[in-house]
Amino acid sequence: MENQNIENIQFPKELLDEVKRITSLFPEGKQKSALIRVLHIAQAHFGYLSAPVMDYVARLLLIQPIEVYEVATFYSMYDTQPVGKVKLEVCRTGPCMIEGAEKLVSYIEKKLGIKDGETTEDGVFTLKTVECLGACGYAPMLQAGEKFHEHLTEEKVDVLIEQYRLNPVANYMGQE
Amino acid sequence: MSRKLLLNNVHVEGIHTYDVYRKSGGYAAVEKALKSMTPEEVVEEVKKSGLRGRGGAGFPTGMKWSFIAKPEGVPRHFLCNADESEPGTFKDRYLMEKIPHLLIEGMILSSFALGCEQSYIYIRGEYMYVLRILEKAIAEAYQNGWLGKNIKGSGFNLELSVSPGAGAYICGEETAMIESLEGKRGNPRMKPPFPAIQGLWQRPTVVNNVETICAVVPIVNEGGEAYAGVGIGRSAGTKLISASGNINKPGVYEIEMGITVEEFIYGDQYCGGIKNGKKLKACVPGGSSVPILPHYLVCKTAEGTDRLMSYESLSEGGFATGSMLGSGGFIVYDEDQCIVRNTWNFARFYHHESCGQCSPCREGTGWMEKVLHRLEYGHGKIEDIDLLWDIQRKIEGNTICPLGDAAAWPVAAAIRHFREEFEWHVKEPNTCMTRNYGLVTEKVFDKVNA
Repeated sequence: MENQNIENIQFPKELLDEVKRITSLFPEGKQKSALIRVLHIAQAHFGYLSAPVMDYVARLLLIQPIEVYEVATFYSMYDTQPVGKVKLEVCRTGPCMIEGAEKLVSYIEKKLGIKDGETTEDGVFTLKTVECLGACGYAPMLQAGEKFHEHLTEEKVDVLIEQYRLNPVANYMGQE
Repeated sequence: MSRKLLLNNVHVEGIHTYDVYRKSGGYAAVEKALKSMTPEEVVEEVKKSGLRGRGGAGFPTGMKWSFIAKPEGVPRHFLCNADESEPGTFKDRYLMEKIPHLLIEGMILSSFALGCEQSYIYIRGEYMYVLRILEKAIAEAYQNGWLGKNIKGSGFNLELSVSPGAGAYICGEETAMIESLEGKRGNPRMKPPFPAIQGLWQRPTVVNNVETICAVVPIVNEGGEAYAGVGIGRSAGTKLISASGNINKPGVYEIEMGITVEEFIYGDQYCGGIKNGKKLKACVPGGSSVPILPHYLVCKTAEGTDRLMSYESLSEGGFATGSMLGSGGFIVYDEDQCIVRNTWNFARFYHHESCGQCSPCREGTGWMEKVLHRLEYGHGKIEDIDLLWDIQRKIEGNTICPLGDAAAWPVAAAIRHFREEFEWHVKEPNTCMTRNYGLVTEKVFDKVNA
């Protein structure tokens, strides 16, 4: 999402309610515990965690911006730079490697014309290799948004890329 | 020996819903505990059961529970570790996805036993869809009076919720998990103080793995003694094994501890043998951090006795000829797999996942990855093998948390058992680069047989 002016950054009411609900799961004064989940919501809504978005989250949770920055840069699921609408995260660890994850990554790279970590020119897909996602028995696999795509073959990848191209909403939480 | 205690109802249609779970005997253990047991009696049953932590360390659960401090007027917390990120492990995801109410029932029992009124399930961020399954099940449990104030008129209150991580293996370490649950980076804490004294928000806290917590349900239902009667010796009960790699039937299996490794790999009701009729080359029996075993030490110990699926048998022979049950992440390698490549892959994983707090781990994991990369890609020297050995030795035991050890062990074991294959990569890199690992393995097999 471009033009992230501070004035534009505001959750709609239903997300503000969700933040309130999440914060209420923790004792009074411990609202910082909601940070990791609120950042997931912010990333899904705004596309990525820009500095203004992180500042907004800090204000929502009544904590210092630095407390948000240090968390946002520690965890691998957060993007502090713009990414495509659909992030294809291919597991490359041990068991997935045995089952052909490397070949799968090369196939997707060729198909989309991008390298690991890059985004397609139309801004639809970002390809990212990630570490073990807990699907070792169903390898090779990739995650798109919340969805796990397992037992992948080149044919299955063709189909799901086509689907996401037509309906690129995978990174929004709670879909499907 | 195919007794099931956790997954007996897993194939019942709709078991993820409250109604079906309840009709299948669900929440009977909570009913029993709240009606006829004191919290101390629940702890006592868990002690008697011999249950040990299923997350990897295998620490006796009842003993862990007995360490919790009970200062007057300070709330205590019970946490479920659902951060499952050890490569090769996917059993907790299976449990939570298929039978979410079993975990909730276990959470209620454990919280009751420990006197905790606010409990959390910390789940890895990538399992967001599982979090939604759990939240739905928790809402059902609230609606039916199993959570909230004065549960079923017992006077016991419990608030339960789920909180996600955001992609960090280190948050499976309990103090890192607590930091993360406080909304911070997952940097492990120095111990002592242990979480049982100062954990979440500096309050007494107990953290258990998903599978451990689920096991409390059959323990309360059938009694600790009955549970201790299942399994073998100090490996009481059943264990979920996540089987992956070059086998015919990868998946999650509940085994009674004490079956032979051979039956598990080749038996039709488990892995169903090596895929494509190939030969077994090696096995990592307990998740990526435990020592890899060469084929001749997988089904038999160095003494020549049958290797069993149990804490004791898998570690028989120490690190020289044994391994560990760990988290039960059972990865099988056939003759075509490259041990150097696999070791490099795991080293890259640990480098990626090191939190960066301790120098031996932050720097050492990076060096190991680099050296293994050049060995794998044919630029290595013979001295690199000793260099690797030296690095791993300097990481092990020199860090705040066990991630350093977890990174060191697979490298040490690979060199210990497959040194020839590392040397082969230096001497004949071109053969190795053509991926002709069957040939490489033959060489290693010949050496062993000679």
